[in-house]
Amino acid sequence: MIWLAWRQFRLQAAVALFALVLTAVLLAVTGAHLRDLYDASGITTCRAHGDCAALESVFLTHETLLRNLLGPALLAIPALLGLFWGAPLLARELESGTYRLAWTQSITRTRWLAVKATLVGVASIAVAELFSLMVSWWFSPVDKVSMNRFTPGIFDERGIVAIGYAAFAVALGVTAGAIIRKTLPAMATTLIGFVGLRLFVSYVVRPNLISPTHLSAPLGTVPDVGFAAAPSGTTLMAGNPSIANAWIQSNRIVKAGGQAPSGQYVHRFLGQHCPNIVEAPSAGSRPAPAAFKECIAQLSTTFHEAVSYQPASNYWPFQAYETLIFLGLALVLIGFSFWWVRERIT
Amino acid sequence: MTPVLQADRLGKRYGRRWALRDCTLDIPVGRVVALVGPNGAGKTTLLHLAVGLLQPTSGTIEVLGERVVDTPAQLGRVGFVAQETPVYPTLSVADHLRLGAHLNPDWDRRVAEERIQQLQLDPTQRAGSLSGGQRAQLALALAVAKRPRLLLLDEPVASLDPLARREFLQGLMEITSEQEVSVVLSSHLVADLERVCDYLVLVAASRIQLAGEVEELLASHRRLTGPRRDAASLPAGQQVIEASHTDRQSTLLVRTEEPIHDPAWLVEEVSVEDLVLAYMRGATGAGHDPSPVWGAKR
Repeated sequence: MIWLAWRQFRLQAAVALFALVLTAVLLAVTGAHLRDLYDASGITTCRAHGDCAALESVFLTHETLLRNLLGPALLAIPALLGLFWGAPLLARELESGTYRLAWTQSITRTRWLAVKATLVGVASIAVAELFSLMVSWWFSPVDKVSMNRFTPGIFDERGIVAIGYAAFAVALGVTAGAIIRKTLPAMATTLIGFVGLRLFVSYVVRPNLISPTHLSAPLGTVPDVGFAAAPSGTTLMAGNPSIANAWIQSNRIVKAGGQAPSGQYVHRFLGQHCPNIVEAPSAGSRPAPAAFKECIAQLSTTFHEAVSYQPASNYWPFQAYETLIFLGLALVLIGFSFWWVRERIT
Repeated sequence: MTPVLQADRLGKRYGRRWALRDCTLDIPVGRVVALVGPNGAGKTTLLHLAVGLLQPTSGTIEVLGERVVDTPAQLGRVGFVAQETPVYPTLSVADHLRLGAHLNPDWDRRVAEERIQQLQLDPTQRAGSLSGGQRAQLALALAVAKRPRLLLLDEPVASLDPLARREFLQGLMEITSEQEVSVVLSSHLVADLERVCDYLVLVAASRIQLAGEVEELLASHRRLTGPRRDAASLPAGQQVIEASHTDRQSTLLVRTEEPIHDPAWLVEEVSVEDLVLAYMRGATGAGHDPSPVWGAKR
């Protein structure tokens, strides 16, 4: 059976191998160049003493085309594997009737499916993860600068999650093919199901996988503090504190007791402690920086920023959980396909 | 001796429609069985049940004395050529033989290669570019080389031109003379099978209408022509299968084990085709429709 499974798969395998080699060459050349640029950029030395924003934004102007292309291409690979390797695995045999040839040889259909699914599944996982590793390597200087590896679309393009995505996409394709028995509708179903679940996990499941760490930051330590006045009162605003490679999940400004201040309260507080700023001379003009600094110091005595975040050390646990979720779903689907092929295609 | 195929009140239902029901059969070893019936009568369902591609909804089916189960041993004893003889279009002829060799422990390489050579098939040719006849022959070679004790063929000649049809059946006859194998082949055209079969199973309207040795069936049926009379007035033991009347004359097809002595009748023997058509009309209620659906494809 291994012979037949390989014979039916070898053309697809060759295409994948060709794409892998081609990508490897392209990424090796451009990736080495990107590393040279990083080393020459001076970012490493400037990190030791302060602000590198200017150097970083210069570095991030390089290779923008590849940077914009590689991410989406990598995200598409598991979907493509599910569509073109997973979905036709059973659907094409059922559609063209060749299952009647295969399943009447001296081999049970269970074993037939086991060999085919294992070969295609393992190959898909290997292909997807190899692409992911190459892209992760290529992006590593960029990631060192951007420090955003939890961002959806970045998190999904690095590490080991591609293993889970590929296994799930292929298993979904196989299952859809078994039930629908037509290649094209099975492919369409696979695409919809895969994209749907990926989005659901990215935006609904992932943020709740690990309970976040809480941090209480004095307003003086966070960037971009400001306030907006409205008839109902005044709202305080502030940016995220800078925590290297962390995933800030929420921030809000609270009083010492932990409860959110009302608009009226903020308005009164500002009137008392920052008269210079509230009575700004005219629209469009900015309060003096010194006055502003003084005001923030006053604000810090009463208000602070409550931040929920995932520290960088949670990155690999997140990768592992997400991979396991998709691998688990893949196993369930494949188990279901076996049952379906044994009990329902009769 | 163990029957090659034995069914007991076998039934298969799809949703609310019975594709086959109450099928009781007992086919002895060593026969070449013609399984005939109109399209959609249940022939394919019966064959798929016999080879394990389908599971019965009710009743039982035993092949070569064993319940049909999905085990390598059982699968190995039955050769199957499916309808429209599916092959892998991108695999070559030689690949198909290799496939057979890898998937069947009792594979007979010599038989497979000889048949391919005889048919003058190019082993490197892709199966997708074979003609219908060549494809059928390739499928037959695959089924035969696994050395089955029962060979099932589902409408193997339906899509072939007359010449390919004759060649295919000739090949089949060679196989039955060389190997000890029982054969069941289905067709909606009885004329194809008349020459090669010695046992007849007729399926129509999802039920077995007639089953038996061809010779016995022919010996026990007669066509009677005579002055018009009511079919009910025939003596006991003469079962009317089909009756047609004109104003003055009656033509009856009867089944009887006794010789017919009534001098009023002109007694004629019937052909397999007459028999099949008569039972078929009876089953489908087609009456005397001059062009039954069943005959339309001829």
